[in-house]
Amino acid sequence: FLWTRGLLEIIQTPGNQQRGVRVYDGEEKIKFDAGTLLLNERNHECRMAISLSQTAFIEEQEAGIRKSAKIAVHLHLAPCNKEPGPFQSSKNSYIRLSFKEHGQTEFYRWENMPGRVRTVGILGIERKLKGKRKKTEKNISEAFEDLSKLMIKAKKMVEQGDIIEDETIRFKSYLLRALTRETYGSGTQYHMQLVKQLAGILKAPLEEWGGIMSLTEVYSQEMELLSPDLVHACKMLEELKLPRRLSVFDSGVMIIELQYHKEEEMLASVLEMILEKGSLTSEEFAKLVGMSVLLAKEGVLLAEKMGHLCRDDSVEGLRFYPNLFITQS
Amino acid sequence: MAMSFEWPWQYRFPPFFTLQPNVDTRQKQLAAWCSLVLSFCRLHKQSSMTVMEAQESPLFNNVKLQRKLPVESIQVVLEELRKKGNLEWLDKSKSSFLIMWRRPEEWGKLIYQWVSRSGQNNSVFTLYELTSGEDTEDEEGSRFVGVS
Repeated sequence: FLWTRGLLEIIQTPGNQQRGVRVYDGEEKIKFDAGTLLLNERNHECRMAISLSQTAFIEEQEAGIRKSAKIAVHLHLAPCNKEPGPFQSSKNSYIRLSFKEHGQTEFYRWENMPGRVRTVGILGIERKLKGKRKKTEKNISEAFEDLSKLMIKAKKMVEQGDIIEDETIRFKSYLLRALTRETYGSGTQYHMQLVKQLAGILKAPLEEWGGIMSLTEVYSQEMELLSPDLVHACKMLEELKLPRRLSVFDSGVMIIELQYHKEEEMLASVLEMILEKGSLTSEEFAKLVGMSVLLAKEGVLLAEKMGHLCRDDSVEGLRFYPNLFITQS
Repeated sequence: MAMSFEWPWQYRFPPFFTLQPNVDTRQKQLAAWCSLVLSFCRLHKQSSMTVMEAQESPLFNNVKLQRKLPVESIQVVLEELRKKGNLEWLDKSKSSFLIMWRRPEEWGKLIYQWVSRSGQNNSVFTLYELTSGEDTEDEEGSRFVGVS
């Protein structure tokens, strides 16, 4: 899906909080108003964008141009024909999400408009989503029928270093919500960190989606449970510990570098701990470094994949050791 | 002449008893297992075994470490040995196998070399002579002693 095609490092300009999300089609802003997504660029993967982003953005109003942190999301090129309101395709292969410095303000303005009850933020979006759930899910599933085509395209983009692969459909839809969700009340930093963590999990295997669900749930305490999957996912909740740092985002390329950098840090941390303790389970590692078990597991599995660790799977549990098979040969 | 068997370091390494998902790691692991099986069988003069025996044998079951290689993984190891030519299944259901810690062609080569060296080419002699004769008491020939 769209959002996860791009890098989901939500970053902030130094010293500022990040609030809203704006969508740039390529370099251009897109205009949208409630119920309609208008694009004035060509070759957009509108179908998916529209079905989900329409729903998500349904409350959002267009904001002023502002230089701010952005995420480049590369999209599959395909014609779209689903949504009300005209839009053409885009010549750009990506859209950008901008986290405006003062997007919050606009949202609050929106929120406080008389007659609109909780139309912004999580709950507002969720209500709309609930109302359109069936339609959305239908749109999503139809849109994702093209996923195989997308994967080919995405694969190409991954090779070019433009985007990161992701294969969890549910994750993508929830991720979109997390991304497009405006913070309301306090906790922007918290939310941004959540999404950053989310981005970090991007490369993790499917089993991680439970953790992502939990992120979304925490992200919005008031979010209504929309589907049995989410309920199930929420039941899988674990205590989340968020990373402290947010990185500065400059361009798509920068994001990719940041992502690798984060991975390197994680790997270094895993190795250090395991060498120190001889062997560790994911849970032990999580506790040692103060991160969520799911993130810890991801790090440990990554280290195994890279050949730094090997596993001991027994009735005592799943434990990881330095990969002596390689180092001792 | 049963000397005490020296287990390799892997035998005391718990991950050795879990089939590794990482391909490169697994390659090293299986190589170590194959080597261990062959040297174990060679020392214990064991040329055939059933899979059931194998499961309970100290070879795949390190009681002290409380680790044993699961039967599916044992089968992976056995298949590796078969591919290398060191193992033959004795039945269709793959319940028992022959272990050849030296492959037949290796034996052939050795025998020929020994025969050449002892200048006994072109004469016929029995397996008995080969495996127990005085001529075989030199270092090279002693290799043949006790071979079934």
